[in-house]
Amino acid sequence: MSDQLLRVEGLKKHFAFTKGILFSRTLGHVKAVDDVSFDIKAGETLGLVGESGCGKTTTSRMILNLEEPTEGRILLEDEPISGLQGDALKAYRAKVQAVFQDPWSSLNPRMKVGRTIAESLIVNGWGDKEKIAGRVRELLLQVGLRPEQAEQYPHEFSGGQRQRVALAAALASRPKLIVLDEPVSALDVSIRAQMMNLLKDIQAQDNVAYLLVAHDLATVRHMADHTVVMYLGKIVEKAPTEQLFADVRHPYTKALFSAVLVAWPGRSEEEIELRGEVPSPLNPPAGCRFHTRCPYVMPRCSQQEPALREVSPGHAVACHLFDNA
Amino acid sequence: MSDTSPGDTVLEVRDLHTHFFLRRGVVKAVDGVSFSLKRGEVLGLVGESGCGKSLTALSLMRLLPKGGARTIKGEVLLGGENILQHTPAEMREIRGRRISMVLQDPQTSLNPVFSVGDQLREAIERRRKGASLSEIMKEAVAALRRVEIAAPEQRIGQYPHQMSGGMKQRVVGAIAISGEPEVLIADEPTTALDVTIQLQYLKLLKRLQAENGMAILFITHDFGVVGRMCDRVAVMYAGRIVECGPVKQIFEAPQHPYTRALIASVPKMTGPVGRLTTIEGQPPSLMDLPVGCRFASRCALVEQRCLDAYPRSVRVGAAHTADCWKVSPP
Amino acid sequence: MVWPRREAAPRRTARVPWIPIVIISVIVIMAVFAPLLAPHSPIDQTLRDKLLPPAWMLGGKDKYFLGTDAFGRDILSRLIYGARVSLIVALLALTVGGGVGLAIGIVAGYVGGAVDSILMRLVDAAFTFPAILFALLLAVTMGQGLGTLVIAISLLLWATFARVIRGEVLALRQRDFVALAKVRGCSSLRIMLTHILPNVLNTFMVLVTLNIGVVIIAEATLSFLGAGIPPPTPTWGLMISEGRGRIAEAWWVALIPGIAITLLVLSVNLFGDWLRDRLDPRLRQL
Repeated sequence: MSDQLLRVEGLKKHFAFTKGILFSRTLGHVKAVDDVSFDIKAGETLGLVGESGCGKTTTSRMILNLEEPTEGRILLEDEPISGLQGDALKAYRAKVQAVFQDPWSSLNPRMKVGRTIAESLIVNGWGDKEKIAGRVRELLLQVGLRPEQAEQYPHEFSGGQRQRVALAAALASRPKLIVLDEPVSALDVSIRAQMMNLLKDIQAQDNVAYLLVAHDLATVRHMADHTVVMYLGKIVEKAPTEQLFADVRHPYTKALFSAVLVAWPGRSEEEIELRGEVPSPLNPPAGCRFHTRCPYVMPRCSQQEPALREVSPGHAVACHLFDNA
Repeated sequence: MSDTSPGDTVLEVRDLHTHFFLRRGVVKAVDGVSFSLKRGEVLGLVGESGCGKSLTALSLMRLLPKGGARTIKGEVLLGGENILQHTPAEMREIRGRRISMVLQDPQTSLNPVFSVGDQLREAIERRRKGASLSEIMKEAVAALRRVEIAAPEQRIGQYPHQMSGGMKQRVVGAIAISGEPEVLIADEPTTALDVTIQLQYLKLLKRLQAENGMAILFITHDFGVVGRMCDRVAVMYAGRIVECGPVKQIFEAPQHPYTRALIASVPKMTGPVGRLTTIEGQPPSLMDLPVGCRFASRCALVEQRCLDAYPRSVRVGAAHTADCWKVSPP
Repeated sequence: MVWPRREAAPRRTARVPWIPIVIISVIVIMAVFAPLLAPHSPIDQTLRDKLLPPAWMLGGKDKYFLGTDAFGRDILSRLIYGARVSLIVALLALTVGGGVGLAIGIVAGYVGGAVDSILMRLVDAAFTFPAILFALLLAVTMGQGLGTLVIAISLLLWATFARVIRGEVLALRQRDFVALAKVRGCSSLRIMLTHILPNVLNTFMVLVTLNIGVVIIAEATLSFLGAGIPPPTPTWGLMISEGRGRIAEAWWVALIPGIAITLLVLSVNLFGDWLRDRLDPRLRQL
């Protein structure tokens, strides 16, 4: 049990959809995250993949304690994180950090970059000015920037450099887990490679785990040890990355693969074009949420929700096609 | 409908230069771009931010942003006529009719206070002057059906905010092709869409193209999309095209060092998972371009002549050219 | 071929408003160095020299450059000292009113929820209030004086500041760096002080410059109505009030301070507009 750094069990997040100001009526619930479970080992990367509305960002926000789960547990090193306050919360925050997608919004434009990087150290009263300045220099070097740049403001940096600063800020408190929410999608193609190499290097150096939230399968393949695929709040497939790429099972995952890779020579996949739009999370389809767009839909699919079942070691799928696997 | 036959060149761009004249200097954003588009083909224009691809598109439509940008040199031949010499009135005639454009953000491409039907009507009215309202609305519904929007009679009265991103892009597409253009310029139309929706949209574009034979200039930074959509691709760097050729050839055997480095830096769905190749350094400032090859400062193969003079264009295959001193004809 | 015309680059930012800046500077210098600049005492009465026209007119004396009022006091000296009062009142009122508005705007915008609702209802109430009447009421109950005046004018200002700043904060709150500050362990207070406040300061500065005019006129109005600083301290509003009855025969007593107010407010408004144009677009670029 103790090599699981992070465990997420039965996580649910339902947002109430209300109308009215003084006497608000609840019209319904947006089931953004609906029973999600996975774990991350120390020093490993878990890729959380899905399209918009699948719940991956909400899940990551719950892990960052920016949202309270409606149900379920999140455990860091076997300690539940719900209801944490004061010093215990600060300690948790020092261990779990984040890098977000938009380099133009991630840094306070009025704050020197060095001060941003030092923030978690300052908040935790980590050391005196000298010590903190030293650590900031160290961090800048670690992410491939120059120590003097601590005195500069964000607008003096390019997008790729800003992401490095954001990464340095996340590393300051020596976290055990960093949530990376689309860390490279806003960057230029050639800069993405630099950033991904850097992330992998740092993981090797500092043994930090990553929760990589991404929509690009190729990025996930490159960085994640395990991959979880989400659709409309539910996990449809999870497996070690290599296994998933070698043996895709769930129809939605297949469609995702098909949509991404038809270009690259070397894989011939039947091209799956999904019908229709992504349903609204306010009113998800009954039974299997994917059944309205699934090319393999059966009568059972609209009646009963498929459970997540293991089809081979470490590889689980939620689909009636594999009920008797 | 145009009266060119399949395979005819429908758009030819020769030595296009669009510069920004600012107080601090001249930004040579598009600096000598030439390419041609045949009827029924899709030409991809690939490059990173700042390479000039979007500005090329705007130059073709003559919709340059106000504030110093001017096309100062070159020809853009649409069916043989140089549209750079058209008067604003003449340009208004051909925009939307012979040459049309689709942009990246469906959110801002549609007017939020008009219904989808009204916006389509505006486009159709220009073409069918004197037609009655019911005739125009019938066409509008047909246009929505053509872009595969279900229940178009209901959608016609809806407003953009009632639609998903993918659907909005389809409406934008419907408006763009309602005039049956000969050339459609698509500037990153799927970048803001989910991957599975993107595939739907790309397939739709291909189907529409098969129907009316339009030529498409597809601007993107995503090689996956290039592979899926394009017949030929032109790679842009620092205001110029550095390589251009059939997609298969460019993917399998890229010739220009920049193209090679770019493709190598993209994580793949197949092959070994290792360290990605990166390109050191930065593109040159467009205000202060070097005399020689613009990629020289970042190129692993750089030699003295690369710094001395801009490389000539080398024909490396059928319809495949690369501008590099280190590339020799086969 | 399309030949380029060698044209000048388009001016995207307005020219620096030199004339307003000069006018403002002159008035500030007048206020700061009043004792050195004023030829006479502003309150000494010389009744035999009363109602003299400005020096360049018939009957004027060089000694009193802009003439005298009904008590024989030198208009120029009163104008110079009056600048002092107006600017001090403006500064204090903007600090108090602007400061309160800034704080309330930040708290309402960041904390949100019930706190926001309550504070915004207060703001709405403030807007519906007939401010000048309220100020008069204050003057009557608390007595005339600098303190009362500053409080009265602050009450006029705070609601505008609160509302505008709250708007900025609502937008700021969505930026990633705020969520990241939370992730790093910052308390709400720390976030409001170190992340939100510095980013609304530009807007605050622009609001300040745009409201100087409002404050000057408010002070003049209240003084005119007799609810401002009590005489004999000269304020421009009071001077207008005193000259009101004699517009026909001694127009300079009321008109000169009137022109001064107009010039100051116009200059400050033009300067504020330019400042806003300079600061805001840059904010967008960041």
